[in-house]
Parts: sequence; C-alpha cells; structure tokens
Amino acid sequence: MLKGKTAVVTGGSRGIGRAIAYKLASMGANIAVIYAGNAEAAETVCRRCAEETGVKARAYQCDVADFTAVKEKVARIRADFGTVHILVNNAGITRDGLLAIMKEEDYDAVVDTNLKGAFNMIRHCTGLFIRNREGCIINITSVAGLMGNAGQCNYSASKAGLIGLTKSAARELAPKGIRCNAIAPGFIATDMTGSQTDNPLLGTIPMGRMGEPEDVAEAAAYLATAKYVTGEVLRVDGGIAM
Amino acid sequence: MYFDAIAKIVAERTGCDVADIRPDSKFSELGIDSLDTVELLMNLEDEIGIEIELDHKVETIDDLDQFIQSRQG
Repeated sequence: MLKGKTAVVTGGSRGIGRAIAYKLASMGANIAVIYAGNAEAAETVCRRCAEETGVKARAYQCDVADFTAVKEKVARIRADFGTVHILVNNAGITRDGLLAIMKEEDYDAVVDTNLKGAFNMIRHCTGLFIRNREGCIINITSVAGLMGNAGQCNYSASKAGLIGLTKSAARELAPKGIRCNAIAPGFIATDMTGSQTDNPLLGTIPMGRMGEPEDVAEAAAYLATAKYVTGEVLRVDGGIAM
Repeated sequence: MYFDAIAKIVAERTGCDVADIRPDSKFSELGIDSLDTVELLMNLEDEIGIEIELDHKVETIDDLDQFIQSRQG
C-alpha cells in the first residue's frame, strides 16, 4: 500500500516510533529512522525492517531540536532515498516535575525536542512534499496535550502546541496535497511511561488497561493512507480523554 | 541573471506569455502564491542546477532573481 514511498520516523529506535517504523515497513514503505542516542537499537529496527519486509531502511543520528542539524539530516535522507513522502514526528522526551519547582532547562528541553523538533522536521521536509505535490505528516502528541497532566506542565504544553502546529500545517499545506494529522496516545506501555505506572489516571481508563505501541502504529497506518483526512487529532487512549 | 530561467518556468506554470513577464512582475499578479514560489525554486534546481532554500517571502520576479544571486555568492 505504501510501496515506493519513503517514511521518516523520528524517535524510531524504540517504543511507539519503533512500532510505527515496523508497521509502515510492513506496508511497503522505505524507512529512515532518526534516533537521538541509541545507535544499536536504531540499527536493529532498520535491520528487522529490511529483513522482514525487504524495504530499504537506514538509521540517522540527529537531535531534532537542532534546526541546522535537521536540515543536514533531511538533505542526507534525500540523497539516500531520493525524497520523503511520510514524516512521523514521534521523538519526544519527558522531564517531569511540579510546575512550582520546575527548572527552566527542564521546561526548555522538553519543548525544544517535542515541539520545536517537530517544526524543524516539517520545515525541512515540506520543500520535498511541495515538490512531490503530496506529503503526509503525522505528529505524535498525547492526551496530556488535551487534558493536561499534573507534574507534566512542560510535556503537556509541548503536546498541546503540537496540536496547534498540526492544524496550522494542515490548513497551510492542504492546497499542495500535503496532509497533517496528529495521534494522541493515552497511556501506552513503553520505556517512557515507566514513570507513570503510579498515576491515578490509570484507573480512569474506560477500557481498563494501558495500550500497546502497536495500537498507535495502527492509527499511523490509517492516517498514512486516509487521503481525505487532514487536521485531525486521533485519540488512541482507551477512551480516557473523550 | 536568472530572469530568463524564472520567466520560463513561470510561463510554463501559469500559461502566460513569457514576453509579458517583467522583472517587476509580482508573483501574486501572475497567479502564483507564496507556497508556489517555494515550488518554483525547486523547479529551478532542475533547470539551472542550483540548490537553494527560500527563507523569506519574495514579491517579484526580480526579488527571486536577486535572492538566488545573493545565495550564489
């Protein structure tokens, strides 16, 4: 279904990003994984994509918060793959803490990676999308961006911002055949949500359990192929934020 | 310096006569919006073999020409 397409997945070495990389590869897309630090994990994802589905897959180290570094990396991906058709902005970090005592650098780091990182990626991929007269951007936000979450003011702010970015990009780029949507996962069992196992909100999930990264990947697969859907925020949260 | 190349691409894109395009022609008057100018620059990559990224809005053909020249050093 995505044969001949190239998908870039940031934060693709583990968790939700890894599940999305596998899913899009299974649909035939070539995969460029962007990772921050874990080269071995990223290479493993690429190897599995290539071995199990026969697609081309490569890993690229990049701090998505760095505008110039992202520009260089997108140029590298263009040289290696020819172009980009699908961009999944999944890279995200947490630096949880109470607002009243949060360090400035913890706020900045989270917003820089989660929100500005997505802007940087979109900024540098959009020229390729315009050239192709098609493009699909999927931003991984969070129910924290919809509901807020005590102890995560920086994370929630970055994810709420990502929803605004999604809708503006959707409006601005729709005339060029470029779609932009967001997925708002709830509590998904990954390394990152390890710190959330005591969160009282877990008991309020209507479906009564945490989700799996593959649940989010299914939503990404839908948005990658839903030709008339743009500006949507699709919750994959077991009903918690309805 | 790149006027002829830009005018050629604009004419192909809009269907207007290349002779009607002047350096001070505004893109908006030619039916080309801001996002189209980004695309135009990408087409120019193929036409004249340059690779330049637009980072501000250009109003006229000459603006774009000057911008490309400034980036060509």
